[in-house]
Amino acid sequence: MLVLRKFARDTSGMVGLVIVLATAVVAVLAPRLAPHPLDAYESHPLQRLQEPSRQFSLGTDNLGRDVLSRVILGARAALTIAVLVVAGAMLIGVPPGLVAGYHRGWVPEIIMRVTDVFLAVPQLILALALAQLLGPSLKNAMLALTLTYWPFFTRIVFAETRRIRVSVFVEALEGLNAGALRVMFFHILPNAAPPIIVRATIGMGFTILSAAVLGFLGMGATPPDPEWGLAISESRQYLPEAWWFATFPGIAIFLVVFGFNLLGDGLRDVVDPRLRRSR
Amino acid sequence: MSDDLVLAVDGLKISIATDDGLARVLDHVDLRIPRGRIVGVVGESGCGKSTLVRAILGILPRAARVERGRILIGGEDLLRLSQRELTRRIRGKEISFIPQDPYLALNPVFTVGTQLLEIMRWHAGAGGNGDAGRRGHRVRLVQLLRAVQIPDPEVALERYPHQFSGGQRQRLLIAGALACRPRLVIADEPTSALDVTTQLQILRLLRDLANRFGVSMLFVTHDFGVVAQLCDEVMVMYAGQSVETGQTAEILDRPRHPYTQMLIACHPDRARDLTGIPGTVASPLAPPPGCRFHPRCPSVRAVCSAARPGAVVEATGHEVSCVLYHGPVSRV
Amino acid sequence: MILEIEGLETLLGGERRLLGRARPPVRAVAGVSLALRQNEILGIVGESGCGKSTLGRTILGIQRETTGTIRLDGLAVSGLPPREARRARRGIQYLHQDAAAALDPWWSIGRSIEEALVITGVGPRAERAARIDRMLAAVGLEPALKRRYPHELSGGQLRRVTLARVLVLAPRIVILDEPTSGLDLSVQATVLRLIRELLAEFRLTCLFISHDLSVVRQMCDRVAIMYLGRIVELADTRRLFEAPAHPYTRLLLAAAPRLATGQDLGDIPIHGEPPSPTAVPSGCAFRTRCPHGVALCAEALPKLEPAVDGREVACHRWRDLAATPVASAWPAP
Repeated sequence: MLVLRKFARDTSGMVGLVIVLATAVVAVLAPRLAPHPLDAYESHPLQRLQEPSRQFSLGTDNLGRDVLSRVILGARAALTIAVLVVAGAMLIGVPPGLVAGYHRGWVPEIIMRVTDVFLAVPQLILALALAQLLGPSLKNAMLALTLTYWPFFTRIVFAETRRIRVSVFVEALEGLNAGALRVMFFHILPNAAPPIIVRATIGMGFTILSAAVLGFLGMGATPPDPEWGLAISESRQYLPEAWWFATFPGIAIFLVVFGFNLLGDGLRDVVDPRLRRSR
Repeated sequence: MSDDLVLAVDGLKISIATDDGLARVLDHVDLRIPRGRIVGVVGESGCGKSTLVRAILGILPRAARVERGRILIGGEDLLRLSQRELTRRIRGKEISFIPQDPYLALNPVFTVGTQLLEIMRWHAGAGGNGDAGRRGHRVRLVQLLRAVQIPDPEVALERYPHQFSGGQRQRLLIAGALACRPRLVIADEPTSALDVTTQLQILRLLRDLANRFGVSMLFVTHDFGVVAQLCDEVMVMYAGQSVETGQTAEILDRPRHPYTQMLIACHPDRARDLTGIPGTVASPLAPPPGCRFHPRCPSVRAVCSAARPGAVVEATGHEVSCVLYHGPVSRV
Repeated sequence: MILEIEGLETLLGGERRLLGRARPPVRAVAGVSLALRQNEILGIVGESGCGKSTLGRTILGIQRETTGTIRLDGLAVSGLPPREARRARRGIQYLHQDAAAALDPWWSIGRSIEEALVITGVGPRAERAARIDRMLAAVGLEPALKRRYPHELSGGQLRRVTLARVLVLAPRIVILDEPTSGLDLSVQATVLRLIRELLAEFRLTCLFISHDLSVVRQMCDRVAIMYLGRIVELADTRRLFEAPAHPYTRLLLAAAPRLATGQDLGDIPIHGEPPSPTAVPSGCAFRTRCPHGVALCAEALPKLEPAVDGREVACHRWRDLAATPVASAWPAP
């Protein structure tokens, strides 16, 4: 396919794709890939804080659980959070952007000002507030992240809609007396998709990072979840002797976020309607 | 190369490597620009005129390969010069360029004076002008602006491009093109973005300047009407081959090549029938062998696909590349 | 008369802002009256800023007029907001100048054409498919092209696609905005021939907007010359080209490139640049560039009035000028 051929030429984009796909595979097959799958929740105090060895290739943590296994299992949590938050943010954020961009007058004003209000709220503060109100958990962390991420989509979609709104083909559709809904969802949205897709991809990386931060602060995942940020938090007191405990989850976060960013950048060049070909 | 010629293109053949294969964009192009004359190059899309212009200016894409031919100016073959030489000596100095869209060719964040003076200063170092220092350049530039009929040239230099109309911007670009006293000015559809009345003023200006400064001009266009108004000679191109060259009046009144005849017949001023030309231009990725027009030619013969017909030169200097004219007296 | 327009005016722009000065509106169409006869092709000619595109869009209905009346078959269809106007003027359709831009790049052309029918509520899918196939044949395109995307087609093909999309709705009046812009000469010839055939076959009335005088001369029955939002001359095509009456018409005819040898660039006096529609001269808008201007021209706006041989001219001095020989007339073909 022309899309893949063009994409294949972008080295960094390909690297990003490989990383993301690998992460997805790992996440899906986690219980089978992890050498000690039960270490998600079982603890073996006798084996605590062992250096990387043949049996435990990345060492064990403070409860004797295999670090490698927990990193692998953590991929599942990371990707789940990423997908759910970004999907949620898109579902909430895209329609208002479309409507605001399409219409004139007070409707877009109201929508965009509300968007601005949500944009002004820092993610962490909202997460903390929710944790206070509803108790710290992964679900509440995801809620907080979704509620603070959707305005970014609205902004982009608003700008794109405004731009596409004045295209000749939209004017041609108006000449045919096409309805607003039809134009917005069947015509403007597909044409606005490229920046949305790019933003969503990079957003996944960003979300994983934010979730890790929340986990680190104890506002997200709770023990014994194998979440990477939480692992780093737990490892703090054992540094610098048990360096493996903090390092490998940290590398995992770095790699995956980096991968998503590269992929997003690569996609930016590729998502172009001119690559659509008739079959 | 005769002394009378400013530029001569000889049998130019250029191919460009693309994702879909090798595009044989130019197959055989001959072009002669006599001193002080305005030569038009006419052709439809896909004929290769942009590639020809880029080849002369030395700005072909990296994937382009010159397979054959020469571009001679003052005895030198431009195709043999390095980019460095082209930049220092040729572009802007010997050969300058007026682009198609006056709205896009000027940098909006610098004043007009800054941009035009920069061109002059850049080339002044290479010597030959005799104008010394910034003031000299500025004085000359003001004179040029006056020559292109920009009102209040002194004030104009301090203005920004957006403060000028399309026609005025095109005049500024013409002034810029003439700044270093080039021998040849290449104009690529310089009036297609302009209104008819403005266009006439620009064409008139070009003709005037060509006469006054003794500059030769290569005028690339798809509009035969403009060619009729401005150009002394015309070269007609089809799919990378030059098919006919001659004085404008001859080409318009007695076109020889079947393509020229059919093309002129398509013009609304001539057309009674509006039949157009059957078929479509072949892609440069799979060009027809021999004369590239033969699949669409009403007078096609077997020999047409065998080899490209050589140019037949008549006594007047008129050239046609078509077997129909290969009589007993011909040059292949 | 299928379409009658009286005193049409369209003001564009002119925002009122909370802070800062309000920008005054531009009178893109500054009082146009014309009557379109059934089955005729009326050319609207002018340079940039003359308002011809705005006129087209106002007549279509997507641009609301500021004042004036529009009557379609005798029924008033003016004074309506865009959506209602389009509904009332369903019989009028518009062909955009840029055919490629007028199609959604994400939609195959078959679906784009079909959408026109879907929006107007035409029958089951089979019926739509039949209509589309018939129309594609009429414009000379293979049905297989339905699956292609706009970027896969040539300029000529795209023009045919947009023609098909407009005609499939069976309009009575079509407004063609520079239908051959950007096309090669040979393709232009074929497209113009196609347009002529289609207009005849479907018995359409046409408003042909163009800046190309050669094309207009070939295609149109009557021509209206516009300058800064007004019609300055309206005449039978042949008569207009043989004996242009208005000074601006004479200027245009002299300046336009023709396929004739011996055109002398130096002959025609051209003064100044076209004034911007934001600063229209008082009285006759052309007076700043007119070689025949007198004091009256600055004071009073010349109205479009009937002159000899059935044409209309908006010039105070047309009678005097009619006597002078016209160098710029185009000889009969």
